[in-house]
Amino acid sequence: MDTTLKVEDLHKRFGDAEVLKGVSLSANTGDVIAMIGSSGSGKSTLLRCINLLETPNSGRVYVNGELIRMKAMPDGTAKPEDQKQVERIRSKLAMVFQNFNLWSHRTILENVIEAPVHVLGVPKKEAIEKAEALLAKVGIADKRNFYPNHLSGGQQQRAAIARALAMDPSVLLFDEPTSALDPELVGEVLQVMRKLAEEGRTMLVVTHEMGFARDVASQIVFLHKGQIEEQGTPSEVIGHPKSERLKQFLSSTRH
Amino acid sequence: MDESFTFLLSIFPRLLAAVPLTLALTAISGVIGNALAVPVALARLSPNPLLWMPSALYILLMRGTPLLVQTYLIYYGLGEILPGSFIQQTFLWEYLKDGFWYAVFAFSLNTAGYTGEILRGAMSAVPRGEIEAAKAYGMSSGQILWRVTLPRAIQICLPAMSGETILLLKATSLASLITVWDIMGTARQIQKESYRIYEPLIAAGIIYIVTVFILTRLLNGLERRINQHRAAPQSA
Repeated sequence: MDTTLKVEDLHKRFGDAEVLKGVSLSANTGDVIAMIGSSGSGKSTLLRCINLLETPNSGRVYVNGELIRMKAMPDGTAKPEDQKQVERIRSKLAMVFQNFNLWSHRTILENVIEAPVHVLGVPKKEAIEKAEALLAKVGIADKRNFYPNHLSGGQQQRAAIARALAMDPSVLLFDEPTSALDPELVGEVLQVMRKLAEEGRTMLVVTHEMGFARDVASQIVFLHKGQIEEQGTPSEVIGHPKSERLKQFLSSTRH
Repeated sequence: MDESFTFLLSIFPRLLAAVPLTLALTAISGVIGNALAVPVALARLSPNPLLWMPSALYILLMRGTPLLVQTYLIYYGLGEILPGSFIQQTFLWEYLKDGFWYAVFAFSLNTAGYTGEILRGAMSAVPRGEIEAAKAYGMSSGQILWRVTLPRAIQICLPAMSGETILLLKATSLASLITVWDIMGTARQIQKESYRIYEPLIAAGIIYIVTVFILTRLLNGLERRINQHRAAPQSA
């Protein structure tokens, strides 16, 4: 099995608060890992440390076996050794954000082709053909010339997923992709995500949607106070929780 | 009164002939000044004191002193230094005998200070998430600046920038004090020749207001085009 993503002993501090206290994780090709936990457990920070939107204080991240080289700074933080390497690796880790973060000065189509053309160097014509196919796949082909602000939250998030897919990423990182959506729009986004999981995409999903985690994830990771408290298959973690904290968390999220 | 009105009408052709010069002053200074505003704003936002302190000082000087003082200092100051320097041997000298280019120089520097401050505010107002997305998709810091931060910031401050352009158009009348025959300069010339105080001023005022009106309409149209992401959705 190829290890697409490997995280080893990740630590992250914000001032005095230690948000991640040594987290290790690995994902093989086709894995769908759902990260659950109460707010403040560090799950979003973990995701953001993987593509270095947050810089971990220590620990190692490997993408397709390649280590992101970091150097320790005298003040206890760390810095990437080679910014070009970071940019290259980021282009393989497409992220879908809670608040979509589409570029609002560009149309939906322009959003989708932006990084393939300007980061990966794909010819524009090719990028547009692919973007149109992806927009059709997520069900918003008719919105290609709209600006993000003219779309509903669910449509914007599906556009953001198309933008992520356009990169042919090794791993898709989802940071609470449905948390900012109105309840009636959650389903359409989850449906697209299910389809991606079935296609065998490698996905790391921070989520509160327990139904999605149970049905779609190949592995569930429960984070508590910056550490992995429990991890395993959905039937292990949701069906037979061992720790008291996980039991508590599950009962609090059950509607 | 009747005679006064006839005189007023009679000087319009001469004043209108000066409109292109006023527009050229505005356009050239506006383009150079707004372009210079980008490095001013970038330096102002830098965490490095060697960059932000000079930029803050520059903005303070440009916004804190009268444009007339700046224009005089540049016209008479440079006029003192340049002759005899190597500049006199270059092609630039041809241009530097003319007040026009000193005015362009002064107005550009002034605009850079004002717009630099406006742009600084707009750049800090660009939603963090959009910049984060650019990072997450592997863009370099240069790409993020040119493809996300600046275009977004310009959208945000476009109304303020077009307001500045209108102010600049009117401020170019100061060039008349350093021998530039723009609308105002021509009006002053007519005053001297005819010994009439008011008619040239009134005629110049009318021409300025019409020019401002047309320019405002043009800038509003531009604004609507650039900010169409906020307007009602267009059909696909």
